Amino acid sequence: MSQKPLIREVPPASWYFRHPRYLRYMSREITSLFVGAYCVLLVFGLGALAGGKESYESFLLALQSPLSIAFHVAAFIAALYHATTWFNATQVAMKIQIGEEFVPGSTITGAHYVIWVVLSVIILLLAGVF
Amino acid sequence: MKERVIQLEVFRYNPDTDTEGHYQHYEVSCLEEWVVLDALNKVKETLDPTLNFRWSCHMAVCGSCGMMINGEPKLACHTFLRNYPGTIRVEPLVHFPVERDLVTAPDDFMEKLKRVKPYIIRKQKQPIEQGEYKQTPKELLRFRQYSMCINCTLCYAACPEYGLTKHFIGPAALALAHRYNQDSRDQGRDERQEVVATKEGIWECTFVGACSEVCPVHVDPASALQQMKIASSFDWIKEHLLPGGGK
Repeated sequence: MSQKPLIREVPPASWYFRHPRYLRYMSREITSLFVGAYCVLLVFGLGALAGGKESYESFLLALQSPLSIAFHVAAFIAALYHATTWFNATQVAMKIQIGEEFVPGSTITGAHYVIWVVLSVIILLLAGVF
Repeated sequence: MKERVIQLEVFRYNPDTDTEGHYQHYEVSCLEEWVVLDALNKVKETLDPTLNFRWSCHMAVCGSCGMMINGEPKLACHTFLRNYPGTIRVEPLVHFPVERDLVTAPDDFMEKLKRVKPYIIRKQKQPIEQGEYKQTPKELLRFRQYSMCINCTLCYAACPEYGLTKHFIGPAALALAHRYNQDSRDQGRDERQEVVATKEGIWECTFVGACSEVCPVHVDPASALQQMKIASSFDWIKEHLLPGGGK
């Protein structure tokens, strides 16, 4: 290396504005905050359930507030985005070789979507939606 | 053949006189079929012999002419002028120290590459009389893609993790570790894991995926790193959760 190389620092708080692909990555990561927040909400729900009928009913009532509904809509959109970006990424992480061929990426990602739908239907069945 | 006057904004830095880099404008007549490297060579030959940049093969094999072209890490020999209607801004690869103009210092990458031991390791070497280590096409396929790396370091310029966290071993070196781990002739995975399965290695990767998007030879380092994460997670499960440490 030369005596005086030029070092160009990466801006730690704004690097993701440098390229659209970094913004896409950050949006995927940020959606996980909604997924995490929804998990916390479920824990509170379990706590309310453990506290008896009255506390659980007041929890259910709180869920009907406009703020809660807005949060649920936002969390649902974020969870959908999060899930699709990760399912699309599974074909990068999983290379399944059969003989002298690799299973096509679309098959691996497609299988994840199928499992997602099947599990969602089972959960909705158990929840008595149908 | 059609000619076009190309507007180039080229990053300049002279370590003997400058403390900062600056951009210099060049206007050069080029054939439409040319690549950015041809335009830079014409600038050097006809307008400004002081302009510095690396190149060698002009056919995306040597990996020398990596630079940022309109903000994207690219091989200048592989980037056609016809795809750039406006001014073309050429900078040295980001995340590396600049030696002079478009020349960067790859020393950090070279040091990290050595650390992952990118060569076949045998616990016991076979005597030469026993012949070569044989491999089936199926075994070759397991690692072939990762052996295509030309060490151009575009993936390091694309990886924000490497830009922010200098101890990260980075995409190309880790993909090469995976290449040897996947090789049926190799027995060195345990040695490599000491470097690979650490916070400097695969666990620093947050799967941005930019490395694979910019790779000019489709090595797909992001895939290699995620596969190593899965394999290392299974190692941990075997060691900590299975009776007898999975042995």
